[in-house]
Amino acid sequence: MTAVEALNITHRYGRVTAIDDISFNVNEGELFGFIGPDGAGKTTLFRIAATLFIPAGGRMTLFGLNTVSRYRELRNHIGYMPGRFSLYQNLTVEENLNFYATIFGTTIKENYHLIEPIYKRIEPFRKRQAGRLSGGMKQKLALSCALIHKPRILILDEPTTGVDAVSRTEFWEMLARLKSEGITIIVSTPYMDEAPRCDRIALIQNGKLLDIDTPGNIRQSCSHRIFAVRHQKKYELLLALKSVPGVLSREPFGDAMHVSLHPDTTLEQLVRELEAKGLAGVTATEIVPGIEDIFLELMKREA
Amino acid sequence: MKRFMAFVKKEFLHIFRDYRTLIILFGIPAAQILIFGYAVRTDLKNASIAVLDNAHDDVSNDLTLKLEASDFFTISNHLSSYDEIDATFKQGKIKAVVIFPEKMASALTREGSATVGIIADGSEPNTASLVTGYTTGILNDYSSALTQQLTASLPVINPEVRMYFNPNLESHFMFVPGVITLILILISALMTSVAIVREKEFGTMEVLLVSPLRPWQIIIGKVAPYFFLSLVNVIVILLMAWYVFGLPVRGSIALLIAECMLYILLGLSIGILVSASVDKMENAIFISFMALMLPSLLLSGFIFPIENMPKIYDYVSMVLPPRWFVEIIRAIMIKGAGFAYIWKETLILLIMTLFFIGLSAGKFKIRLGEGGK
Amino acid sequence: MTEIKKVIEVEGLVKRFGSFVANDHLTFDVYKGEIFGFLGANGAGKTTAIRILCGLSHPTSGKMTVAGIDAGRPEEIKKRIGYMSQRFSLYDDLTVNENIELYGGIYGMTMKEIRQRREELLTRLSFSQYGEMLIGSLPLGLKQKLAFAVAVFHDPEIVFLDEPTSGVDPITRRQFWEMIYETASRGITVFVTTHYMDEAEYCDRVTIMSEGRIVALDSPAALRGRYNTATIEELFVKIARPKTETA
Repeated sequence: MTAVEALNITHRYGRVTAIDDISFNVNEGELFGFIGPDGAGKTTLFRIAATLFIPAGGRMTLFGLNTVSRYRELRNHIGYMPGRFSLYQNLTVEENLNFYATIFGTTIKENYHLIEPIYKRIEPFRKRQAGRLSGGMKQKLALSCALIHKPRILILDEPTTGVDAVSRTEFWEMLARLKSEGITIIVSTPYMDEAPRCDRIALIQNGKLLDIDTPGNIRQSCSHRIFAVRHQKKYELLLALKSVPGVLSREPFGDAMHVSLHPDTTLEQLVRELEAKGLAGVTATEIVPGIEDIFLELMKREA
Repeated sequence: MKRFMAFVKKEFLHIFRDYRTLIILFGIPAAQILIFGYAVRTDLKNASIAVLDNAHDDVSNDLTLKLEASDFFTISNHLSSYDEIDATFKQGKIKAVVIFPEKMASALTREGSATVGIIADGSEPNTASLVTGYTTGILNDYSSALTQQLTASLPVINPEVRMYFNPNLESHFMFVPGVITLILILISALMTSVAIVREKEFGTMEVLLVSPLRPWQIIIGKVAPYFFLSLVNVIVILLMAWYVFGLPVRGSIALLIAECMLYILLGLSIGILVSASVDKMENAIFISFMALMLPSLLLSGFIFPIENMPKIYDYVSMVLPPRWFVEIIRAIMIKGAGFAYIWKETLILLIMTLFFIGLSAGKFKIRLGEGGK
Repeated sequence: MTEIKKVIEVEGLVKRFGSFVANDHLTFDVYKGEIFGFLGANGAGKTTAIRILCGLSHPTSGKMTVAGIDAGRPEEIKKRIGYMSQRFSLYDDLTVNENIELYGGIYGMTMKEIRQRREELLTRLSFSQYGEMLIGSLPLGLKQKLAFAVAVFHDPEIVFLDEPTSGVDPITRRQFWEMIYETASRGITVFVTTHYMDEAEYCDRVTIMSEGRIVALDSPAALRGRYNTATIEELFVKIARPKTETA
């Protein structure tokens, strides 16, 4: 069954188009990710899904209910976590959770099993005010609050932004567990490396979807072979690559440069050229492209 | 109901955990009452004056005693010549010099009149006019009493001036109603608008909107605590006015409270309207201050009498709720008036309240926004 | 590297807030022209350490010199460093040119000097057409690049970058890192914190902090080798996870 159906969604702020004719479907029980940088339109799209915005054009339904006309029924089924963790800073952990439970007409006890694995990590600090929690703990509390009424769908807007890698990893483990409970999750993130955690992803940039597919399929959609080129002197390598003929793109990726070559250029030619430029000992190996490689390629194609 | 109570409880927790809110809620009203009551006075109490008595007869002695006996004056200097007047003024301790002429008593009996000189320190015009006013009053009292004695057989018309409602022209009779008016609008409009806008700024409003709570539940949940606290404030102010200044409530306390509730409601609806129009706390504060506090202070007749203003300000003040509320509250507290005397003002406030509630209900959204806008 | 010059020397640095130890005996050196990554979980003590290095906060104990200046003279340190964070950027209501003039002025450059170097800078970044535009009207990525350029405008010895690429698109991020490389190649030391673990790999050396202590410090390759992990991210999750969660 389809959990989310979006058809030709458009949204504008004044003359700026934030969402430009976006359509997508999310299946029930799916963990669906929107991947893109700040300003891509993720927050706007999620607010439309959360019944907070009326789109300028197009329509969206959650479980067959229109987000504009049937918002009141829908609001019982949505667990929404806005970009900034929506916690009351001067209420304690427990008071925050209790408050959200009550306004959604439930109690902590009733759905404790659902939040237990997350909440028990912060339960020792339940008397602490939310404003004095670390980023990772705020994130866990905000997720607990969004979950407390056992929603059918979780809408999580950049839940991992500004949170350290340890908490991020833990967070994705929690989402995987919630998915196994049958909850549909749509989540946005600017971190490309989080993409493989999702069942399917949509790459979004400048209000447009660049691609929608499983992370695996997207990685295979690359039109070029990608080589990881490494040398101790990274900056010299980068400068040298700019002047090697046949290099279509060169992007720094951690300790390596990801290079795509013109079909007529061979790997051996590349290495020889670089060695001739004084980069002895340069290595190059073909790799499976990552989501970020694809994103870069799609971005350039759009531009 | 359970959801609503949870909301109200949360709101109280916010208020009691934020000492700044508490200061604004309770510290400022108390401070204002004391400042306006004690420091900013337009009545006279124990003002220092000097007496230059050139007569030293029964009449001048009597008058000196009367001046001294009044609460208005303290005679700090007894001068012996005109030359000392200038120097005494320059020391800055006295507000006025009262000069009795030579042979005052005999002049009065023989010629029927005597002239008493009053020289006041004109550098403080307000005090000066008060001092001369009060002095003249005492002199008039004395001379009318004297006239009555001398011409007991003849019918004499004696003008007798008495300040009705406020016989001593005490200024806190004017200020307490003014302070109540100001504080209620400050707390109800400013505090509620800030409390609501804060939720917008911290992003919690988004989640509240997405919850099954209805917008009116959110709004009432947000303002109910402030309604209650404003009422508590009214009672605190009235008790302070009573204990500190001995200011009674002459009219019905129930009516007074009822009128205050209406006025608080009006303030709250303005606060909601402000919060629906802005997204940042500083804007809420700015609008509440500029649009409410200042005009209320300046144009409501609380400090400057409306009768003395150019007509245009009079009209402007008509759209300001405080102007009407000041009148209501003065009527009840000081004149002891009943509802029959203030129904017109009450009706105006009621209409304003309904207007603002209607306006903010229209503006408060069930969503954050619409596309294309 | 024939002659290695240290630009930051820290020995036994401790910072306490009451009974809470934010920095527990930090000892490390940073070399001239190096790109030095500073990683750690939220609350691990990174921000505290950077504030001390920038002369904004006093260490409780320990020795520290930044750009050859002792910790006791923070005003001298501030003259020799540049700073840029995601939060503190440029003034939105001033133009690009005005922002540059302001920062040049703050660091005591003459107007003539500022004008001349500003032209060089804008040309080099091919930003010349933006000179008269308000910062607020520029896209985020451009703003971040400009903020970085302004942070090194006065040729500091060290520039501190606090999560400079947060939320920036992948293309801009790479352009940003190219700017970092270019800056380092001019001999300016770059001290950078990031939440993107792949960016740690761009650094010459990285430090990983956990619970106020340095738990790892070496080149990314050496660290991966030592802990036998494929990426720095894996390594980070392995060693930076606090034993007990604290605020």
